[in-house]
Amino acid sequence: MIADLGFFALLIAFLLALYACAAAAVGSRRREQRWVSSARSAIILGFPLLTIACASLVYSLANLDFQMQYVSQVTSHSMPMYLRVTALWGGQAGSLLFWAWLMAAFTFAVMLREWRRDRDLEPWVIIVTAATLAFFLALILFFENPFLRYWQGITGTVWTAMWQPTGAQPYIPIDGNGLNPLLRHPGMIIHPPMLYIGFVAFVVPFAFAIGALVTGRSDDRWIRVTRRWTLIAWLFLSLGLILGSRWAYDVLGWGGYWGWDPVEIAAFMPWLTGTAFLHSVMIQEKRGMFKHWNMLLIILTYCLVIFGTFLTRSGVLSSVHAFAQSAIGPMFFGFIALTFGVSLALLSKRWATLKSEVEMTSLLSRESLFLINNLLFMGILVICFWGVVFPIVSEASGGIGRAIPALAHIFTGQRATVGPIFYESATGPLWAALLLLMGIAPLSAWRASTARTLGRAIWKPFLISLVVLAGLLVGGMRQPLALLALWICAFVLLVTVYEFWRGARARTNRGENFLQAFWRLVARNRRRYGGYIIHIGVILIAVGVIGIELFQQETQGSLAVGERMHLGSYSIEYESLAEFETPDGRLVDRAVVNVFKDGQPLTQLYPRRDFYYESQQAMTIPGLRSTLEDDIYILLVDWEPVSASSATFKMYVNPLVNWIWLGGFVFIFGTLVASWPEADALPQRSRARLGGTPERA
Amino acid sequence: MSSTSLAQPLPTGLGNKKFIIGGLLILAAVVYLIVTSTAAGAQFFFTIDELNQRGADAVGKPARVAGAVLGDTIEYDPETLTLTFTMVHMPADTRLINDDGGLAKALHAAVNDPTRSRMQVQYIGVKPDLLAHEVEAIVAGKLGADGVFYADENGLLLRCPTRYEEALPGQAGDY
Repeated sequence: MIADLGFFALLIAFLLALYACAAAAVGSRRREQRWVSSARSAIILGFPLLTIACASLVYSLANLDFQMQYVSQVTSHSMPMYLRVTALWGGQAGSLLFWAWLMAAFTFAVMLREWRRDRDLEPWVIIVTAATLAFFLALILFFENPFLRYWQGITGTVWTAMWQPTGAQPYIPIDGNGLNPLLRHPGMIIHPPMLYIGFVAFVVPFAFAIGALVTGRSDDRWIRVTRRWTLIAWLFLSLGLILGSRWAYDVLGWGGYWGWDPVEIAAFMPWLTGTAFLHSVMIQEKRGMFKHWNMLLIILTYCLVIFGTFLTRSGVLSSVHAFAQSAIGPMFFGFIALTFGVSLALLSKRWATLKSEVEMTSLLSRESLFLINNLLFMGILVICFWGVVFPIVSEASGGIGRAIPALAHIFTGQRATVGPIFYESATGPLWAALLLLMGIAPLSAWRASTARTLGRAIWKPFLISLVVLAGLLVGGMRQPLALLALWICAFVLLVTVYEFWRGARARTNRGENFLQAFWRLVARNRRRYGGYIIHIGVILIAVGVIGIELFQQETQGSLAVGERMHLGSYSIEYESLAEFETPDGRLVDRAVVNVFKDGQPLTQLYPRRDFYYESQQAMTIPGLRSTLEDDIYILLVDWEPVSASSATFKMYVNPLVNWIWLGGFVFIFGTLVASWPEADALPQRSRARLGGTPERA
Repeated sequence: MSSTSLAQPLPTGLGNKKFIIGGLLILAAVVYLIVTSTAAGAQFFFTIDELNQRGADAVGKPARVAGAVLGDTIEYDPETLTLTFTMVHMPADTRLINDDGGLAKALHAAVNDPTRSRMQVQYIGVKPDLLAHEVEAIVAGKLGADGVFYADENGLLLRCPTRYEEALPGQAGDY
């Protein structure tokens, strides 16, 4: 049986991961490379074995083997083949298996690298990756086995077991539950894999960091080795977050893209520490500082990755992501506590050897601004973490409120929650500070920077940004918050563009034409200019966020056929409504709505409601017209049955929201530029041997 | 940000102090933001029983109430987008609910128990697709003096007993 094959592959992979941990530990203790090599072979085998496990689950999903509990939970006859296959990560057990498979793939790739220069780190990288893998495989094997089958006893009761219990017959449901309709969206099909790749890839730099801590290496070797891994992890995590927002915008039908849902925050927190880490390691490479910071940031990132998986998978917090609940919470909690405790103990043991090689001197130096950058990211992290745990904290800590009356309104002893208002007002100023820093830091000098040197670099973009501000005022914008936020965006964008221009002009002076100069500038300093491109992407995203958060308009109303509803310069007219069934088991009610701008016909939109028979669940799909200026977002709320003589609509105008997605593309492109292998340069190793430090920003 | 002009690197002691003060300032700002935003954004969870016990004390204060929806009471006027329904008291402790056989069972018990306290809810907005008999509703809003709970905009969350992870007897690890 195909399920048995998958199960045994899983079991062997688990035993091999345990063996790899043990063998690597023995090899490291006895300093015998053969033990380490054996551990390495064992962990390498995990990937093909888990590929077999995943393939057998996918085979069962594709062939609708409903006797398997997982298959009947997430698939049904009416689902097309691509959805059956991607249902691998549609439920809890499958997505854990998928997570483990990705983890094994990354471990596989790491193990195949050239280890000659890093023999001392090797056993510890194996131990960390193998232990992580073993933990997830244990969860799957003992708590969330996707290969369980249904059996029916003589009395008619149905239960699940891996193998046929005595006296029981196989029980095969006629049809499955089908995948949650909310998840049947292209964004939702690729969003989890992106997020998971981002999650598991961060295990690699963590493993090297632990290796460096255990072996007492205080140099930046672990950072240089894992630089590209970290960028890839960060790229996929960012991609996952952007896709998730796009899915929320298209499918959840509330006109928004980010709801500060605990599960969103769970994926966002490792991104925050990961981003701080990416910036912070540059200082260690360049100046030999921030060594404690970098260790702490990568430890936090790893723990938050596991915590993020835990939040999404344990059902500990109720949210729109409530589709996965089970009892694996305590396991996750124990694992996080253990890894966090051990990592911090190692860090404190090595605290003295990780002292900075130089002292920081000037408040406006690049190093100092990067330190502020770290602190701001940590601030946002603390706010997010506080928001997520607040329901638990507020309930458990009524004593604090009674002891300190000033805090009585926060620590009441009553379970409480904080919503988007909390996150927006608490993180808003920090985001603004980060944006501003993004404009100033690239212009500051290493070691010592003065207000005068900084001013000299900044004044041109600063003046032009004031022109932009004046333009906004003349254009009629009066909201102080919007003016401030857009001014910061304009300033940072100008500084960044100015940096490109300055660099390219220096090259044109040497006789290159401008395009050539621009191309070579970026190609020769990929990390620096890739970073700037990412910054431009961030500004575009910020502009989109400002647009929808501060200028979103909405209205709702019931319209008779031919009647119109107005919002801003737009109006919509209800034309007709049709009801029909689709072959994949939906009942669709689709309205035809004419959109006008300033009274002139603009376009036609089709907001609709899909009702899924098998899951008895409805889904509201907006009618959407998207331009760079704004989105018109119309929801079909209700309608007069049979006659369809009137229907109710909710209408949003979301200014600038498209800049979020546009910024997302720029962001991803910048990350690719920054992580692209430098083909024209000597390999890093030979450069290091030649004694030259490659130019880095 | 400080505008101190420092052409010469300062002696270590003074340099360090400056950074410690800067760090403390950022820390203080974060703490301040957390405290004020929590005070402004916190919503306290109540069960319907707890809300009733508080009586007039609870009127007009932001709250979050969870309960089971009574299907027969759902009324919706698409003209004014006014949605009203009645919620039945449910225990707040999720662990108790889980030990007791899960959310589905707790919801079923609640709607079939006429002795439990009830609360009328009014919500203005789109009628959610998930709203039906025996689902759990979590409403955020304020209790009115008339005893009706007025939910905020977007203040209506619904949770149906997970259809996609249907609990069958003897799940998880019974092999």
